Amino acid sequence: MSEQERIQKQRTERTADTAAEVSVDTTKGEQLKAELDDLLDEIDEVLEENAEEFVRNYVQKGGE
Amino acid sequence: MAIAKVLGIETEYGIAGGPDMDPITASSIVVNAYAQQGRTRINWDFHGETPELDARGLPGLTSFAPIVETHLANTVLTNGARLYVDHAHPEYSSPECRTPLEATLFDVAGEEVMRRAVMVANESLNPEHMITLYKNNSDGKGNSYGTHENYLVSRDVDFSYVIRAMVPHFVSRQIIVGAGKLGAETDHAIDADPYFQLSQRAEFFEEVVGLETTLKRPIINTRDEPHSDAERFRRLHVIIGDANLSQVATFVKLGSTALLLAALEDFGPEPFPSAPRHPVRAVRAYALDPTLHAVEICDDDQWRSAWDFQDQLWQLADRYVTQRGGEAVADDGEVTLILRQWRELLDGVRDDTDAVADRVDWVAKLRVVNGIRERYDLGPHDAKLRAIDLQYHDLRPEKSLAQRVGLTKLLDEGAVREAVHNPPRTTRAFFRGQCVARYPDQIAAANWDSVVFDLGEGPLQRVPMLDPLRGTAALTQDLLEVSSTADELLQALDR
Repeated sequence: MSEQERIQKQRTERTADTAAEVSVDTTKGEQLKAELDDLLDEIDEVLEENAEEFVRNYVQKGGE
Repeated sequence: MAIAKVLGIETEYGIAGGPDMDPITASSIVVNAYAQQGRTRINWDFHGETPELDARGLPGLTSFAPIVETHLANTVLTNGARLYVDHAHPEYSSPECRTPLEATLFDVAGEEVMRRAVMVANESLNPEHMITLYKNNSDGKGNSYGTHENYLVSRDVDFSYVIRAMVPHFVSRQIIVGAGKLGAETDHAIDADPYFQLSQRAEFFEEVVGLETTLKRPIINTRDEPHSDAERFRRLHVIIGDANLSQVATFVKLGSTALLLAALEDFGPEPFPSAPRHPVRAVRAYALDPTLHAVEICDDDQWRSAWDFQDQLWQLADRYVTQRGGEAVADDGEVTLILRQWRELLDGVRDDTDAVADRVDWVAKLRVVNGIRERYDLGPHDAKLRAIDLQYHDLRPEKSLAQRVGLTKLLDEGAVREAVHNPPRTTRAFFRGQCVARYPDQIAAANWDSVVFDLGEGPLQRVPMLDPLRGTAALTQDLLEVSSTADELLQALDR
């Protein structure tokens, strides 16, 4: 059973009256999964170098 | 009949850097930098601000009314927004918008305003004093600042009904629109020792209903300051929400809430799911459980998870649209998009989170945090993971992680650039923004419900705008175009 069918089936079981009108497009999600490694490479490149200091120095006053 | 859900978002940005590390100074530098490089230096007019008025009538004896700070940098933009310093943060309050998609556009335009403001500010600062801004709601050390939504609601709706109907939504919507964070920062949440929470804000809420926004934060805020005709309108001031980087999340947050408020106006509170018996406990418990299994006992003795609430609320909104139409919120196409996206996010967070990692902020963030954790075999409290959490919200294009995690964009970049300068055409914000753009030297001040002109001689002249749906492009554009000065405009308005 494809991912799409599985989700559709689960939803049909749990919320039968709405299943007809909705669908989840999983193409993008699967694509993302495959791209996660590339994405992590890119994030690695821009991450603040001294994480500890960066996190420690971020102190805010409350607002609103 | 449900009234038009005019709406908007106010966002306080986290701020770091600046000379002498003082956030108030740094915030003023940012706001003033934008005001001075732009076409506008119009001051905000505090006439009509009454944050101490309580929607329940008598103010509670233990309530502290918020303080209006009149001495800090404060300006009106040509897109109808307000840009100012609120406490120790720069804040962008979007102009009033007519639909959730439009309000999303003007929220995203606010990010661009802040990005430009800080860029101009940093040109005048030494490299070691560079300012950075973050679109988030907490510093991870127990300090929180707000992202508030505002919705126009009919005065005919009893405020107790608003409480009864909306608490279930406000405690549960975080499962699809929470921005997520690592760890905990308030005593009760620290006790639970969570690895990850769905919402940045949830653990800071301590009351069900109240007037305050900085202490004892309430799930339903009772500030009764309609900024419009108080006989006809309320402005529901929603303080329980995270700043979203996902445009779809912002859209669903606004769209779902607006549809439910319209349903409340037309159906009354009866069809809404029974509220959790302990709403504060519920909002915190749901935040602590990314598996979405946590259930809370409700007033009807049923146990509900946050997902159960959202599912019931979606069914209610869907039925409302089928039976009454969604005109109060948006046109058919946009209402259909709200319902479809809301449903997809809901099913995605339960069945396949990867399918919504492009739209749900907490999912996108957690995925990257876990990815890096696995890659380097890090412990759950590693500073590198905390840095990812923070940097997700960094506004700098060269540092922003939100811009790198593959979030689906809902808005055209050209439209965002337009919205930085031009007001929505659909509300009184059009008149405000256009006046600021066209007659900057003849405006003494402006605020949500009026523009005050100074023609150089005679008394100041206030043009009231008590109906948010007057002052639109359809009603005022012709007049503005033939009036080359404010004198001409005022004469034309008198006719």
